[in-house]
Amino acid sequence: MSATNHEVAGEAGEPTRRDMIHVATGAVAAGGAAMLAWPLINQMNPAADTRALASIEFDVSKVAEGSQTKIMWRGKPLFVRHRTPAEIAQGKKDDGADLKDPQTDEQRTMQSNEQPGKPEYLIMEANCTHLGCIPVGIAEPGYIGEFGGWFCPCHGSHYDTAGRIRKGPAPKNLYIPPYLYTGGTVVKIG
Amino acid sequence: MSGPSSYVPKSDLEKWLDTRLPIMRFMNDTLVDFPTPKNLNYWYTFGGILAVCLASQIITGIILAMHYVPHVDMAFNSVERIMRDVNYGWLIRFMHSNGASMFFLAVYIHIFRGLYYGSYKAPREILWGLGVIIFLLMIITAFMGYVLPWGQMSLWGATVITNIVGAVPFIGDSIKTWLLGGFAVDNATLNRFFSLHYLLPFVIAGVVVLHIWALHVPGNNNPTGVEVQDVKKETLPFHPYYTIKDAFAICVFLLIFAGFVFFGPNTLGHPDNYIPANNQVTPSHIVPEWYLLPFYAILRAITFDILIIDAKFGGVIAMGGAILILFALPWLDSSKIKSMRYRPVARMWWFAFVLNFLMLALCGAMPAEPPWTLISLLCTIFYFAYFLVILPVLGVIEKPQTPPASIADSILQSHKKSAGVSAAAVPAE
Repeated sequence: MSATNHEVAGEAGEPTRRDMIHVATGAVAAGGAAMLAWPLINQMNPAADTRALASIEFDVSKVAEGSQTKIMWRGKPLFVRHRTPAEIAQGKKDDGADLKDPQTDEQRTMQSNEQPGKPEYLIMEANCTHLGCIPVGIAEPGYIGEFGGWFCPCHGSHYDTAGRIRKGPAPKNLYIPPYLYTGGTVVKIG
Repeated sequence: MSGPSSYVPKSDLEKWLDTRLPIMRFMNDTLVDFPTPKNLNYWYTFGGILAVCLASQIITGIILAMHYVPHVDMAFNSVERIMRDVNYGWLIRFMHSNGASMFFLAVYIHIFRGLYYGSYKAPREILWGLGVIIFLLMIITAFMGYVLPWGQMSLWGATVITNIVGAVPFIGDSIKTWLLGGFAVDNATLNRFFSLHYLLPFVIAGVVVLHIWALHVPGNNNPTGVEVQDVKKETLPFHPYYTIKDAFAICVFLLIFAGFVFFGPNTLGHPDNYIPANNQVTPSHIVPEWYLLPFYAILRAITFDILIIDAKFGGVIAMGGAILILFALPWLDSSKIKSMRYRPVARMWWFAFVLNFLMLALCGAMPAEPPWTLISLLCTIFYFAYFLVILPVLGVIEKPQTPPASIADSILQSHKKSAGVSAAAVPAE
């Protein structure tokens, strides 16, 4: 800074009071802009009524053995499949198979508190982990794949009787939503 | 090309206006007296055709929005009401849905013309880049528009494409939920897609203004790829010479457009979109509209992990890269010759590139199973090789022919040639 500087300046090159005011003003303006931008961005996230549907209860005893049903949760379907003892046995047998996303059959029916659930009831999100199509399952018209579980018609992913990805482009097993049995056969999902 | 303005205000009112808002001068210099190379062929009429397409889409779209209801319970039925009950609603909707197809048909021809005549090269890199931005905006707008009728293809197309966003590592899921406004494609998604589908065409119109601005600084490229040297000898005023030529091309184009609207309004659509959206059943074969098929094929071509990138994200990168690579094209093509008229080897590769692009479209329409998965992959590799290997290398090793010294020379030459032919024909008579 030169001698003509009217500011209460320090040594040459030292920030002046005016520099300080500039930086502070800029910081406030940037902070204000960011705070204003956030509501404009966040409004696009799920609204309260959408989030309110995030938890449902369902009585799994309504599903007959050897069949499956679809229920809606968070605007998308879930599979609830009542597996036969043979299908459970097959799932356990395949624990040692070459799995793309390794999980044991027991982990596939685990509740969200890490306690074992009911091995006969498999509760999973019904969207293929590739691009979100709904795979065809048991008791529905159409091919259910090489492993007796589900087959996604969109891009050809095969899932086994524990909903594990066995063949095709999907990267993960069918997702398990967080759920807890609240008493008997009633399960709280979400 | 921009030069001194040739506008002379005729009336006192025009003089008064010209010193306050010289809008008449601007219109005159861009649309009337703009010097345009004499030798533009019909491939150069697609700019005008595209302007008509955009105007048509905006007008029919605004009308459709007066009758359409963006709600999951009513969207499908409101479209059917437009088709059956609204006066001429069927016509306006078919003009809009087929208009999207015609828009893309014209833009693909426009882009491939640019690729052939080297219109992306200096000094037109910005012009080209703005064009790529318009193309990208068109894809996004068309995709959102296809969701609005809320048929099976609308819902599941949207599901598949938004899942692509979910493939981005770490933050993909949050971005997806933010985009959808929920945990699945639902009413919130439909509402915002409608809002954006209405907005983006006006953004496109804004970028089109920039595109024309960037065109009018260096002026038009032309089939010889040689820049204008003598404005007087080598150019004509845009009006009436090119307004008439463009108008004729627009009429022919509108005939084809009308042919689809009146005789095959659903030819380019998918019948499954006449089934109301059902979020519990996926159609057995999901395909996008025809104009997005090549990029859909590239998305599906990557079925294997590449190092730490999994197949799903790899496909996303390939699809995005297929469009983004166009931005880099002016710097990838190393040849000093613009027009492929004088690049015999590059010309063959250009034709191969066009065929490859059509092949990708076919792959996109076919189920993802052998042999189509392999063909998609090979075509994807060629697509990228054209930009990353063939064009950079050809510019160095190719022996191009010598372009004419000027546009005037090329016109004289072609005149001599045709004169020679008729002169030779006379004695034979």
